[in-house]
Amino acid sequence: MSREWPLWEVFIRGQHGMSHRHVGSLHAPDSERAIKNARDVYTRRNEGVSIWVVEAKHIAASSPSEKGPMFEPSRDKVYRHPTFYDIPDEVGKM
Amino acid sequence: MSSDPHLVEFFLRQGDNALVLGHRLSEWCGMGPALEEDIALTNTALDLIGQSKLWLAHAAEIEGADRSADDLAFLRDAYDFRNVLLLEVPNADYGRTMLREFFFDAFQLPWLKALTDSTDDRVAEVAAKSAKEAAYHLERSAETVIALGDGTDESHAKMMAALDYLWPYVGEMMVDDDVDHAMAEAGVAPLPSAMRPAWDDTVNATFREAQLPRPDTKFAHAGGRNGFRHTEHLGHMLAQMQVLQRSHPGATW
Repeated sequence: MSREWPLWEVFIRGQHGMSHRHVGSLHAPDSERAIKNARDVYTRRNEGVSIWVVEAKHIAASSPSEKGPMFEPSRDKVYRHPTFYDIPDEVGKM
Repeated sequence: MSSDPHLVEFFLRQGDNALVLGHRLSEWCGMGPALEEDIALTNTALDLIGQSKLWLAHAAEIEGADRSADDLAFLRDAYDFRNVLLLEVPNADYGRTMLREFFFDAFQLPWLKALTDSTDDRVAEVAAKSAKEAAYHLERSAETVIALGDGTDESHAKMMAALDYLWPYVGEMMVDDDVDHAMAEAGVAPLPSAMRPAWDDTVNATFREAQLPRPDTKFAHAGGRNGFRHTEHLGHMLAQMQVLQRSHPGATW
C-alpha cells in the first residue's frame, strides 16, 4: 500500500515544565500535516501546549524477544535504588 | 433602544454563513476520506456552529421578538436565511468541499480581523474569538487545496471541476448593499468589497502553488445574503438539519 500516508508517532506536552508524552499515532502525508492532524485528533480537549511528531519508521525500538537479557539483570540490584539512606527530618517530605 | 433591522440583518448574515457552512462540513462526520481528515473537518464544523450560536444569539436579542438562537437556526425557512449561496451548495466530493471552505476562509479571516475594530462591542467580541479559529481553518483549507490541485492527475481534474462549479458563487461575498453601507456608516463593519485585495492575494498565492488557473469570468450569482433567492439546495439541507425540531417541537435532551 504505497499510496497510504506514512505513520507518525505523536508526543504532546501537557503543560509547561512537563516532558512530552507519547499519546498515539496517526497518518499524514508530511510532518507539517502530521502536526495539524495531531492538533485535531489529540488536543481537541485542551490537552497540550506543544506537539512533537516523528515518523514511526525513524524510531528504533528494543525487541520484546530480548526482554530477558535487556532488563532482567537489573532486577536483583536493589542497591541501585536510593532507598538505603537515612533522610534527616529537617529535609521534610521528599 | 428599538430594534435596528439593518443590525439584525447584519448579525443574521454572520450567523447564517457560519451555520450553513458548519452544517455542510458536519455532513462529512464519519465519512471523511481518512480518520484524521474526518476529525479535523468535524472540529471545523463545530467551530463554525459555535460561532453561529454567538452571532444568532445577538441577532435574536436585538430583534426583540422573543426568539432564541435555536429558534432562528431551527425554525426559520429557507427564504429567511441570509447566508451566501456559495455555502449552501452541496459538498459533492472532498475537493469541492475544501475549495469552497477555502474561498470562504480567505474572505472570513480578514473580515473577522477587521470586525475586531467594530464600534459595536458585541461584534468585536465575537470576531476576536472567531478570528483565531478562522486563521487555523484557512491554513488547513489552503494546504488541502494545494495538495489536491498539485496532486495527481485525478485530484487535479476534480479540483478543476470544483473550481468551474464554485467560481460563479464567490463574488456574492464581496458585493455591497444597503445593509453593508448602513453598517459601514455606523462603524459596525467595513464594506465587504474592502476585503477584495486580501482575498485576491490569498487566492492568487494559493492557486499558484496549487497549479490552478484563476478563471477570468466575473459573473456572480446573488440572492443569498439578502434572502432574495436561495438555491434549491438550501431547502433540502434545512429539511435534514431542522427535522428534529420540526417533528418534535421544543424537544430537548
